[in-house]
This record gives sequence, C-alpha cells and structure tokens, in this order.
Amino acid sequence: MTWEEVIFYVIAAVTVLAGAGVVFSRSIIHAALFLILALLSVAGIFVLMAADFLAIVQVLVYGGAVTILILFSMMLTRVRDLPTAPDGPQKPFAFVAAVVFTVSSIAAIVSTEWRGESTENISVVPFEDIGTALFTSWAVPFEIASLVLMAALVGAIVLARGEEGE
Amino acid sequence: MIPINNFLILSTILFSLGMYGVLARRSAVLILMSVELMLQAVSINFIAFAVYLFPEAFTGIIFAVFVITIAAAEVGLALAIVLRLFRNKGTANVDEADIMRW
Repeated sequence: MTWEEVIFYVIAAVTVLAGAGVVFSRSIIHAALFLILALLSVAGIFVLMAADFLAIVQVLVYGGAVTILILFSMMLTRVRDLPTAPDGPQKPFAFVAAVVFTVSSIAAIVSTEWRGESTENISVVPFEDIGTALFTSWAVPFEIASLVLMAALVGAIVLARGEEGE
Repeated sequence: MIPINNFLILSTILFSLGMYGVLARRSAVLILMSVELMLQAVSINFIAFAVYLFPEAFTGIIFAVFVITIAAAEVGLALAIVLRLFRNKGTANVDEADIMRW
C-alpha cells in the first residue's frame, strides 16, 4: 500500500464519518459542523485526484460561503428553541432505499471494466487551460451560470425581505 | 496510483448518505444539508471520470465548476424560502408545510 492510498483511505474515512454525522446526528448544530468537516475533506479528495483548482474553489465556496449561509439561517430560524430535530416516519423506508442504492451501484462499479484504470500518473490540469476552456468553448454556459446566480441573488433578497408594511 | 473504483465507491456512499438524509429528515435546513452531500458526491464522480477516463479533455472538471456554482445559487434561494416558511408558519419542518396556498 502506497502513501497515496493511505492518505486516500484516511480522508475517505473522515468524509464518510462526517457525512454520517450530518444525516444521523440529533442536533442541528452538530449536523452543520459535521457538514463543514465533510466539505473540507471532499476538498482533500479533489487534491488526490489532481484537481487543485476545484479544491481551492471548494474550500472558498463551500467552506466559506455555503456554511456561513447555513449557520446564519439556523440563527434566524431559532433552532436554539428546538435543538433536536426528530426524523420523519418514513425513516425505515429511507434506510432501505439508501442501502439498496449503495449495494446495487457498488456492484455495478466493481463489475465494470474501466478502460482508464491503468493510467500511471494523472497530471494536474493547468489553471490556464481551465480558464481558457471556460471562456472559449464553455462561454455560453458560463454566461448562463452568471445569469442564474444573478436571478438567485435577486430572488433570495425578494423572498427573505418579505412584503412591504409587514 | 489509486484505482478509480475507490473514488466511485466513496462517492456512492456519500450519495446514499445524502439520499437517506433527504428522505428521513424533517427539518428543511437538514434536508438542504443532505442535498449538499449528494452534490459533493456528484462532483467527485465528475472529476474522477474526467481525470481517469478522459485526461486530455477535462470536461468533467468544467462540469464540477458549474455544479458548485448552481449549488451556491440553490443554497441561497432555498435558505430564503426556509426563512420565509419559518416567518409564516413558525416552523421549518417540511411535513408541516403541506398547503399550497392560504
């Protein structure tokens, strides 16, 4: 077992445990803190796949913005008054669905012959290449994504502010 | 060299955890957090396929960038809706928001 694999298994274990913490923990605050851990360790997974740019974006956008938003919304919805969130009645069905999905797709993954598996060393995609691709062959989706962000921004402000004179 | 199967199985487990969370949780904020987990699993899959199967054309990496962008927009909007729900009904549980209008 190489060092790379050891690092992978450690980070993967942290990711899975933190993910389990998000969905199984009784307290909403604990779930949010586990979510931060899970997102940051996914950034580590990105580094192992030589996707450095995405790891940086992940830490900036998820570790920073998304987590802050979620914590703020918890403050505003007063979770302190109801710190534990009981789960719904469909819990056993959810468990069965998740287990069935896991087993079937792991079986599918293991039984497939991936043709790229023999790649000896993957190289880091240069940041310049990603930028060039984004602004040339992916320019239209890029612009649409900025429109989506704009619409989401305006929509969030309108929704959260409420009607006049309320 | 880590085989691609490891990444795919990790992302499957992460996706199932998120799926369980979406189906079993009642609080809208917790459901949103589970959706984030599922999106992370999707990003891992995209990047794994991009770097292992098509290293010359990094389409998967571009897709992961868009996934992160859309996820950011989605979190902002969804939390605004949760806030609105809480202000109108005094709860953020999805099973208590069961009428379409009032």
